[in-house]
Amino acid sequence: MSRVPLDPRTAPAFQTAAKMLLGDAQLRKNVRHATDVIQNKRRKLVEEKHDWQLLRESARQIRAHALQHLDVYLDEFERNFTRAGGVVHWARDAAEAQRIVVALVKESGSSEVIKIKSMTTEEVQLNNALEAAGIRAYETDLAELIIQLGEDQPSHIVVPALHKNRAQIREIFRRTMNLPDLGDKPADLADAARRFLREKFLRVKTAVSGANFLIAETGGICIVESEGNGRMCLTLPETLISVVGIEKVIPRWQDLEPLIQLLPRSATGERMNPYNSLWSGVHPGDGPRAMHVVLLDNGRTNVLADSEGRQTLQCIRCAACQNACPVYRQTGGHAYGSVYAGPIGAILTPQLMHMEHSQTLPYASSLCGACYEVCPVKINIPEVLIHLRNKVVEQNGWYAPESLAMKAVAAVFRSERRFRAAQRLGRIAELPLVKSEKRSFSIVGQKQATKPGWIGWLPGLLGGWTDTRDLQAMPKETFRDWWEKRGKA
Amino acid sequence: MTAAREEILQKIRSAKGVSSPEVAATAYAGIERSYQSSAQLSRKEILHLFEERLREYDASVYRASAAEVGAAVAGVLSGRGVHRVLVPEGLPLEWQQGAEFVADRGFSSAKLDGFASVMTTATLGIAETGTIVLQNVSGQGRRALTLVPDYHLCILSTNQVVETVVEAMRLLEPTRNLPTTLFSGPSATADIEMTRIKGVHGPRFVDVVLVGEE
Repeated sequence: MSRVPLDPRTAPAFQTAAKMLLGDAQLRKNVRHATDVIQNKRRKLVEEKHDWQLLRESARQIRAHALQHLDVYLDEFERNFTRAGGVVHWARDAAEAQRIVVALVKESGSSEVIKIKSMTTEEVQLNNALEAAGIRAYETDLAELIIQLGEDQPSHIVVPALHKNRAQIREIFRRTMNLPDLGDKPADLADAARRFLREKFLRVKTAVSGANFLIAETGGICIVESEGNGRMCLTLPETLISVVGIEKVIPRWQDLEPLIQLLPRSATGERMNPYNSLWSGVHPGDGPRAMHVVLLDNGRTNVLADSEGRQTLQCIRCAACQNACPVYRQTGGHAYGSVYAGPIGAILTPQLMHMEHSQTLPYASSLCGACYEVCPVKINIPEVLIHLRNKVVEQNGWYAPESLAMKAVAAVFRSERRFRAAQRLGRIAELPLVKSEKRSFSIVGQKQATKPGWIGWLPGLLGGWTDTRDLQAMPKETFRDWWEKRGKA
Repeated sequence: MTAAREEILQKIRSAKGVSSPEVAATAYAGIERSYQSSAQLSRKEILHLFEERLREYDASVYRASAAEVGAAVAGVLSGRGVHRVLVPEGLPLEWQQGAEFVADRGFSSAKLDGFASVMTTATLGIAETGTIVLQNVSGQGRRALTLVPDYHLCILSTNQVVETVVEAMRLLEPTRNLPTTLFSGPSATADIEMTRIKGVHGPRFVDVVLVGEE
């Protein structure tokens, strides 16, 4: 059951991967359908909340505040969780998190674990590490089960298998669960998963989860889910290990007031998701006897250090930005080469990678701003995208084409004399490129159909613009020229 | 282990400056919370909304006066064809009518799986979202009880129903350390083509008896 996890360090450039995936008509259809459905549900439920913008602003302030005082709140969480009978572990990177979890599972005496859907464990490629240590991991979220049995990769934060349709899922279940007569109604498929997993819930003694929120003042954990697989994993086993990014901590219980309202409406378009579990530490006679939280850095402190990029860590993983993004809706999630796809992935992944990988992701956007508009914690994703593009260009050195071009433009704009000279030069240089003859317009075919007075082809790098659209020729007379002439008359 | 802890905390402090509990507390007080925090509907409207939301989740809702609860329970259970019901400790005996009721004695997971039905009371209901709040207290029991059986009959007093999520979270604040579960309808998934399917791992069927004269 091993599969190659999405890894930003080895993934192809976004543009390369996207080009390939755009050829998969079925994938595009599935992604379009799923994101349309969630978006429509979300829109209705956001409209009925007249205080939506007030909730967003409050949530933004809470998340930004928690990050600003992260050292205080992590310390407080650790103290209270420990007092409640839990054990806190700290992992600097993915390898350390893997080592800690593998050791804890072995210590629990189990060679199997049941797992709640967790993008953080996907991020640290935990399943592969468990497998290498001889530990069998069962994903219990329906979508994650589909991904695991199909040896596939998640393509969405909330609905990781949205790129698969019912016929594809039936094929996976038929093959892996040995159910030749399985129907393809969603209810049949969900029922097959229920039966497949029930035995594991009752038998497996160790569970691994992520968490939606850690509450500093109570040492509490909050897990938000729909299917009940989460509740199974966090109540029936004897040991629970939660792998949680350090940014997930919130100061107090009352901070859940806006967050618990914003998350389900944004994520799945529900007023409330079916199950929210909240608890702190070990409760005798109710749930696991051993409880561990692994606090994961893995690049997050690097994001925190960048005052402009920091807001990325406010994310509560609702995926509304993915559903709204015109780029994600075309390519699906795999093109991003990371478990964090879509707009949030385009800013989170390169930063988690210390800007050493995924440098094409900040360009996987038209900067339309739809992501910012739907973000429940008001992360200004376009702003961060531009900031990261700047970082990429800076990293590539002053001699990179983009950097040179910007420097040249800056020099021209700084002096009126140079600006006017550039305009004159431009009017002369463009002459051979501007379409003038009317008859060329009648010829069928895109390039030939360029209208008179427009440019349909530009050489070299500039061709990136004219590959998909025309450029209007410069006017014979600029506004300044006209204005000056008018003054003299 | 402590090396990792110190290193991460050190990185955090050098990333954004050192904070202290006092500084954090002062800044925390300045966070805006101007969203709706109190009820705007009448009691009657709130109960009506709560019932409507529950029905949207395919839960059936029944009304009963305090004296009629036992009879209402018997009626609902016979309608469902339920003969044996798991109950937590502390559930009023006069409610336990119309079936065989078995009190939880810390059954193993496998034993729990042998029960098809469970009956409990609840801490709160939230009208705007159709949510019911369960906690590990007398009459509700440990979390696994309301999870493993396929059918959950929940008995809730009308004066436990509030309008908004915010009111509920504030009422829960004093008992925030208890294991708490908010459930909104039967377990569900939309993982396959975004089609909502009722019942995956938690109870597939939920009924609610609302007790009160209102």
